[in-house]
Amino acid sequence: MHLGFLTIFWRDMLRFYRFKTLLISSLVQPALWMAFFGIAMSSNFNRFTSELPPLPGVPTVDYLTFMAAGVIAMTTLFTSLFGGMSLLFDKNWGLMREIFASPLPRNHIIFGIALSGMTKSFIQAIIIMVFGILIGAQFFFGYTVIETVLAIVGILLFVAVFSLGFLFLSAAIAISLESPEGMQGIMTLLTMPIFFASNALYPIDAFPPALQAVSVINPLTYLVTGIRYFAIGDDFQAIGIHYQFTPFQIVFAFLFLVGFAAVMFAIAWWRFRKAVVT
Amino acid sequence: MTEPIISVKELFHQYGDFTAVDGISFEVSEGEIFSFLGPNGAGKSTAINVLITLLPLQQGSATVAGFDVVKDPEQVRESIGIVFQDVTLDRDMTCREILEFHGNLYKMPNAERKDRIEELLALVQLENKQDTRTKNLSGGMKRRLEIARGLMTRPKVLFLDEPTIGLDPQTRLRMWEYIKAVNREGTTIFLTTHYMDEADHLSDRISIIDKGQIIATGTPSELKNTLGEDLIYLETSDGDGTRKILSGMEMVKHITQKPTGIVAMLNGDGTKILPMIIEALSREGIRVSTVNLKKPSMDDVFVHYTGRELRDEGAEKPSMAVTRAGRR
Repeated sequence: MHLGFLTIFWRDMLRFYRFKTLLISSLVQPALWMAFFGIAMSSNFNRFTSELPPLPGVPTVDYLTFMAAGVIAMTTLFTSLFGGMSLLFDKNWGLMREIFASPLPRNHIIFGIALSGMTKSFIQAIIIMVFGILIGAQFFFGYTVIETVLAIVGILLFVAVFSLGFLFLSAAIAISLESPEGMQGIMTLLTMPIFFASNALYPIDAFPPALQAVSVINPLTYLVTGIRYFAIGDDFQAIGIHYQFTPFQIVFAFLFLVGFAAVMFAIAWWRFRKAVVT
Repeated sequence: MTEPIISVKELFHQYGDFTAVDGISFEVSEGEIFSFLGPNGAGKSTAINVLITLLPLQQGSATVAGFDVVKDPEQVRESIGIVFQDVTLDRDMTCREILEFHGNLYKMPNAERKDRIEELLALVQLENKQDTRTKNLSGGMKRRLEIARGLMTRPKVLFLDEPTIGLDPQTRLRMWEYIKAVNREGTTIFLTTHYMDEADHLSDRISIIDKGQIIATGTPSELKNTLGEDLIYLETSDGDGTRKILSGMEMVKHITQKPTGIVAMLNGDGTKILPMIIEALSREGIRVSTVNLKKPSMDDVFVHYTGRELRDEGAEKPSMAVTRAGRR
């Protein structure tokens, strides 16, 4: 088996580690989201929802715990969408020519860059979980050690497929474009609807139908669902909404993300086969 | 010297309606240094990009190291090394990492890769820079590192696209030494350049390429000999009369009109012919005001074949240069 994608992965991780500003900012940024947005919003939301009568017999989860899952998802989305950017720089600076003129099969470039993007998302997700728990998010509450480990594995599995999907998309866009500014524009355009038409920061139950339709085909919604299921449980209430997940829903969410990643890979593969770099 | 190591037949390449390569055919023998000499925008880089499989072959055929660039691009890639026109080094990787990365792209086994890196760092004298990031290297060191990288996989053919562009004269001389040393080890070298002296100094054979076509091929001395043994330049009181007299002389092979004078290619030794010419002119009452006698250079060869000087075309026709650069 050709392990050429590991070469691409190695170089991208080397650069990630070497650019200290990139390394530190990408590690600190999710923690800052938790520290500022999380605490500020949770104090507000908790005030609004404290007047709602809780459903009897259903464990209540505070807003910080609720949105911590969303912050993991959001960070994964951003990191993955920008993960292909390095390909665009490689292309513009001529470095891609070395790779394109080598015998390395082109899908290995996609795999390599996806693997390093996924690794970065794993690191960030773990930082958010640890930091979130430190500032009071009730993740894995009442879990045994084994249950906690399984839950973390489950979360990382969801993060993995989700990030692969968006990394493939990002790679496809990067190899098709000329300018980093253009890519930045497209990314911003994509992140808005994906992030806000999802259940990351608030429930989707009260959305108008059109927005709800978007949220149903939004991969971020399925990632958040997966993370909440593993981190919080299959039956809880938050912000006055009763959340219940059946195993079928979770399997469906996972398969939806797998399907999304497969389609995105097909697009990236097509773009890479057509790409000419001189 | 059996099969040619590069064989190109009737190669065409177009960008939109601009024909960059207009039906070129040539062969390169194993072990030689072969050059494409031509101005910027002549189609040199396009031709090289087709041979190294970065551009699809549109029309014609090409084999490199015995493999067809269309049918066996993988094998072509495994057989060649490339030094690109502009620097293609990751600024934030060290010299050693650059070579490691390259060896891994080509699936070199670990032990062989390590040995080869030591060998090449020594060859290009970068041993004490191996842990330096490439952004801290001088222009000449970057070029040397790129040559080392091109040689990592012991290629049969090394492609060098404008290898000394932007280097100072001393560094150029040293680069030429490296290129010759690499060639002596048995690597065939395919070079593009727009420097006459570089093509003249390095090449076993040169193809002069202009506007996408090969207009002459030969060894440097063959090319220069087509211009005769010597060239003389004359400024006289009567240009037309001078031309008439010169064209009647047997030892004058060819006459070219210049803005202020005349260049004549000679069949024989200029030091003997020149006095005869001056005598013949004075018999007709034509005074000679300026005289220059020289051996033909590659510049003269280029002027002879293309009818113009090989300068950076950008200086004369900026708009043209811009569109060509954009297309490359």
